[in-house]
Amino acid sequence: MRSGFFVRKIKLIQRLICMNKIVEKYKLSENVCKFIVEAPMIAKSRKPGNFVILRVGDKGERIPLTIVDSDIEKGTITLIVQNVGASSRKLCQLGAGEFITDMVGPLGKATHIYKAGTILALGGGVGVAPLFPIVKAFKEAGNRVITILAARNKDLVILENEMRQWSDEVIVMTDDGSSGRKGLVTEGAEEVIKREKVDECVAIGPAIMMKFCALLTKKYDVPTQVSLNTIMVDGTGMCGACRVTVNGETKFTCIDGPEFNAHQIDFDELLQRMRAYKNEEDQARNKK
Amino acid sequence: MTEYTEMLNRERNAEWRVALRNSVPNKERIAIERVKMTEVEPHERIKSQTCEVNRGLKAEQAQREASRCMDCVTPTCVEGCPVSINIPKFVKQIEAGKFLDAAVTLKEFSALPAVCGRVCPQEKQCELKCFYQQKMQKEPVAIGYLERFAADYERLSGKIQIPKVEARNGIKVAAIGSGPSSLSFAGDMIKFGYEVTVFEALHEIGGVLKYGIPEFRLPNSVVDVELENLKEMGVTFEKNFVVGRTASFDDLKELGYKAFFVGSGAGLPNFMNIPGENLNGVMSSNEYLTRVNLMYANQSDSDTPVMLGKRVAVIGGGNTAMDAVRTSKRLGAERSIIIYRRSLEEMPARLEEIKHAQEEGIEFMNLANPVEYLADAGGRVAKVRLQRMKLGEPDASGRRRPVAIEGDIVEIEVDLVIVAIGVSPNPLIPASLAGLKMSRYGTIEVNEETMQSSIPEIFAGGDIVRGGATVILAMGDGRRAAASMHRYLQEKYKKPTGK
Ligand SMILES: Cc1cc2nc3c(=O)[nH]c(=O)nc-3n(C[C@H](O)[C@H](O)[C@H](O)COP(=O)(O)OP(=O)(O)OC[C@H]3O[C@@H](n4cnc5c(N)ncnc54)[C@H](O)[C@@H]3O)c2cc1C
Ligand code: SF4
Ligand code: FES
Repeated sequence: MRSGFFVRKIKLIQRLICMNKIVEKYKLSENVCKFIVEAPMIAKSRKPGNFVILRVGDKGERIPLTIVDSDIEKGTITLIVQNVGASSRKLCQLGAGEFITDMVGPLGKATHIYKAGTILALGGGVGVAPLFPIVKAFKEAGNRVITILAARNKDLVILENEMRQWSDEVIVMTDDGSSGRKGLVTEGAEEVIKREKVDECVAIGPAIMMKFCALLTKKYDVPTQVSLNTIMVDGTGMCGACRVTVNGETKFTCIDGPEFNAHQIDFDELLQRMRAYKNEEDQARNKK
Repeated sequence: MTEYTEMLNRERNAEWRVALRNSVPNKERIAIERVKMTEVEPHERIKSQTCEVNRGLKAEQAQREASRCMDCVTPTCVEGCPVSINIPKFVKQIEAGKFLDAAVTLKEFSALPAVCGRVCPQEKQCELKCFYQQKMQKEPVAIGYLERFAADYERLSGKIQIPKVEARNGIKVAAIGSGPSSLSFAGDMIKFGYEVTVFEALHEIGGVLKYGIPEFRLPNSVVDVELENLKEMGVTFEKNFVVGRTASFDDLKELGYKAFFVGSGAGLPNFMNIPGENLNGVMSSNEYLTRVNLMYANQSDSDTPVMLGKRVAVIGGGNTAMDAVRTSKRLGAERSIIIYRRSLEEMPARLEEIKHAQEEGIEFMNLANPVEYLADAGGRVAKVRLQRMKLGEPDASGRRRPVAIEGDIVEIEVDLVIVAIGVSPNPLIPASLAGLKMSRYGTIEVNEETMQSSIPEIFAGGDIVRGGATVILAMGDGRRAAASMHRYLQEKYKKPTGK
């Protein structure tokens, strides 16, 4: 009874369902790693703006990561992770050939991609990674895309070449001027907005950066989307850890987002909530 | 129902039952006191999240308790059971010392007796309807304890009967979610001969049984045995798979799945939408319990953190609220307080959980409802403002409606607040299936008898159909859905004769 048919079926399922094998790994900067992971189902279903939740080890935390890119033919997805805490460090320690314990996705709503005209894409730090699929999709939809990549210094600028491939113009800005221009992302953005008509802005990066980008574009009345990286647990709407106030209403980032209208977000609450586990995280870092 | 009553009668007239009935006069049976469950002492048990409070009955205790049952002509207890377990039969089997047979009887009706024996609200179901309770104002036969005894006995004996399964018929069906409704659905479908895959979004199988209900009430090992049995019977489990996201229904149909059972639960936590509810230190019971029960946040080698509190307030009066408040005590809270807007009498939680909570030093602030949370300088919740309530006229549910006492507001200091005021149906599936008929509460509409939805090949049951309900109802739904899906598929794919 449990003969050939079963074996074939198991093989089929194994082939079709996420195997989570890391096929390639690159170091993009000292603290940022890029992984190409085997996940044929996710590669096929995912859209720009979607994320996965993964776990490393039996007692690993569930961490959300944006799907940066995918290759349907090869059945792989690209993830970029910054080594910031105990859990991301565990992931960064994995190498090609190893497996990610659990991975589920694609989660979250996809970005609304359409022909808007001119798109201004703002990426800060590792936020450039989730920005990439959106830039690519807007470009493919026939938009003019101007991308600003901001980082503390030259070593932390990531995906510059990839962005150039999919943008009409790329401006690099660093805090210390070690690459591109010296200054903050908002300064570069303001120049562009003053220079030409921007139909829509997308900003992804640290919450504080998104807050100031939102303030700026509000001043110039440019519709703006941001992608929030709140604390999450399940990523399926079950826990509410990812709550955020949008237009006075509580939303769950994992199912209602992660992208929201930047001008409606209560950023101060968001910043506060993102610090919720600060103490616990410090403890975890010291523990390891 | 008459057919069923006839069956009960026939069973009751079996020789061994008659002999057993006549062996002890009812007077003697009535004189026996209801058994007391052996429990770990409160001060001991609050040291551990995984120490099960109820230790179960010993064989002599169980047999003595079973001998209280008078094996009534009209066993009203059965009417109180949502899945009509033949209660007197299994109880008498216990009295006769035929424990494994008792387990078999239970399994004819319930897919998860070891679970239900632990978590069913028996005092509102079978035990409420027991002759002792109804006609003699005496404590009912401890049907729940006995159910647990028989199921545990079978499990610990190592002689679990893996049910026989029909030869594979080659038809693939899927269950979405891995809570009690899907598990019981899968168990029946595999017996009928289908190829069954259970898809689960999380990295663990079991639904609320794993991520919600704590181990001090329902040990994981009890659930795991059931899962092992299903695997043994040939059910395939796919974790980390969100149906509607990882793959759509159409993708799954392309992979050959012919019909679906949606048991995706009522996952979405409700909040009250009052000021300060998004402060740090205010979270849903689902988040709190998931961090602890699924992610082991209370253990030192877990990467997942959980906020600890010295003064913990839990809002609500259901099982979830009791689980959360008792968990907080186990994680070291000095004060753990239930805040409930009605009185103790109206509390929906199981009686036993309320009793256990009281023994463990949980405080109950009843007739109070939060209106606002206030923060400390660091942005963490520090106080809750409570509106005092009184009970007014009964509402539609028959419970007396709580009404605010104008101007009677109190503040209490807290550093952790857990909101356990109920859940709404998980919207993931409905959102991914155009044309699925939903109620205005966001539940999937089904034919109550067949559990079939507005899309013929999609069946549903459990909390996604009922809103937050119970394990036993979810389980019953799963079994009913399996029976009717079986009929539906046999009709549709009747093999032409010959090949
Ligand atoms: C803390 C707590 C305590 C409780 N205590 C009791 C008690 O003592 N007694 C009692 O009778 N009842 C109790 N209940 C209620 C009981 O647990 C539920 O009624 C029951 O579990 C519902 O079962 P279900 O099969 O409908 O779904 P659930 O157990 O909710 O399981 C649904 C599963 O589906 C998964 N899922 C959702 N969407 C998808 C998707 N698209 N793809 C794949 N998977 C998906 C979810 O991740 C989840 O694991 C309690 C509930 C809670 C939360
Ligand atoms: S009603 Fe009570 S006494 Fe009568 S058969 Fe049921 S359990 Fe036994
Ligand atoms: S992460 Fe749990 S609801 Fe969003």
